[in-house]
Amino acid sequence: MTGSLPPATARRTRTLISATSQPSLPPHIKLRHDAGRGRWHVLAPERVFEPDPIAVEILKRCDGVKTVQAIAEVMAAEYDAPLADITADIIAMLQDLADKGVVRA
Amino acid sequence: MNEIVPADKIADGGEAAACARAPIGMLCELTHRCPLQCPYCSNPLELDRVNTELSTEVWQDVMRQAADLGILQIHLSGGEPTVRKDLEDIVEVAAKVGLYTNLITAGVTLTRDRLKRLKDLGLDHVQLSIQDVDDANAEKISAYKNGLEKKRELGKWVREFDMPLTINAPIHRLNIENLPNIIEFAVEMGAGRIEVANIQYYAWALKNRAALMPTRAQVMRSAEIVEEAKQRLKGILVFDFVVPDYYAKTPKPCMGGWGKGIMNITPQGRVLPCHAAESIPGLEFDNVKDRRLADIWLNGQAFNMYRGTSWMKEPCRTCPRAEIDFGGCRCQAMAFTGDATNTDPACKFSPLHADFVAAAERESGVPNPPPFVYRRLGGAKTDAVVD
Ligand code: SF4
Ligand code: SF4
Repeated sequence: MTGSLPPATARRTRTLISATSQPSLPPHIKLRHDAGRGRWHVLAPERVFEPDPIAVEILKRCDGVKTVQAIAEVMAAEYDAPLADITADIIAMLQDLADKGVVRA
Repeated sequence: MNEIVPADKIADGGEAAACARAPIGMLCELTHRCPLQCPYCSNPLELDRVNTELSTEVWQDVMRQAADLGILQIHLSGGEPTVRKDLEDIVEVAAKVGLYTNLITAGVTLTRDRLKRLKDLGLDHVQLSIQDVDDANAEKISAYKNGLEKKRELGKWVREFDMPLTINAPIHRLNIENLPNIIEFAVEMGAGRIEVANIQYYAWALKNRAALMPTRAQVMRSAEIVEEAKQRLKGILVFDFVVPDYYAKTPKPCMGGWGKGIMNITPQGRVLPCHAAESIPGLEFDNVKDRRLADIWLNGQAFNMYRGTSWMKEPCRTCPRAEIDFGGCRCQAMAFTGDATNTDPACKFSPLHADFVAAAERESGVPNPPPFVYRRLGGAKTDAVVD
């Protein structure tokens, strides 16, 4: 290979989600309500995801300020479910989305 | 709970075939002009000329209609979309009406100022195609000097403006051995996503198939390389791997099903169910200048012709995969079997499958492949070659 590559600082690193992460959607990822189809979509490059209602509630709270812990507490209260389970579920879901480039923290 | 799946994998309800639902995406070929001459270009052999291209106003109206229809994403493509001076005016309207905008560019004509303007107007994403990461080989493939250097430059600006980047790498005989470096290039450029897209053999690529087809061993190896890189680069680079169907057992669901999720508009305004659909005789293509987009999508003859499964013959008609791959690609069936309603020859149940595979094996095994027929106006007719 010839020619020089851009500086190595361009390299991205994997985002790891924990209870203290403050997740958000990058500007190019859009959570959008689609009135015509009556559902929410997550718009990503060349991809469209259809989050289920609970995922929508979680994603709406990913504002880059609230921690995963804080989101989990609200969700646990709202759905009357054990906090530990909800926290684990949310971390798993957000990690999966982070690996797909949909969530950052 | 919490499951999120790609939209094209769910929500097909009972009557997917009736298809009242709106397309998810729209590919807008703003122009067929392009400074590069890639011998696998997906544009038709008969390129639309500049004086027949749609006006700014028509494209802007198409954006509004698309949003009304329920389209979510638009891909601004070509040719090279940035050769249109009014790209900004089109992007501006598209962003305003809420479409997710993706610019598909070869990255040799875009300036820093223009990119900044496009970003400010609301462009969501840049997809940069590369020919190879070896300068000389990239030049040979595209018949364009110093292209890679310009792409590197564009990559820097994309990072400077903190825009998301996808690297699109069409893979074929001339660059498949370089795949690890291509993946590394995407990482170094700061891309979040890479398309390792084995060439699909339609249009110019079909004309150049004998020069482009990799061997089965090369393809298998490339799949391993992608699998390994996927694990290693988890959370850093998202992979889309398009497998070459000449070495597959069953075909891909072309376009996710005909008239199901995507529509394609040519520079002149013809609305196609897939970019190669004009190679199929008997289809009538409506033009956005004559008919509303929604009407074309729902009622256009070309869209309804192969929508769903009712047009199928055996072996597709009674096959359990009929609703999964929709019988594969109509254009490939047409090109290889002479009848678009036949099973895609990429399918092992096609009576022509053995011939199909044999063609790939024969061509890829020739030590000295033929020279390219480069993609240019009239190039396919004169068989002009450059080497
Ligand atoms: S494939 Fe090559 S020639 Fe065709 S539009 Fe893209 S860059 Fe231009
Ligand atoms: S027979 Fe038709 S439906 Fe069945 S796998 Fe082959 S192409 Fe798909």
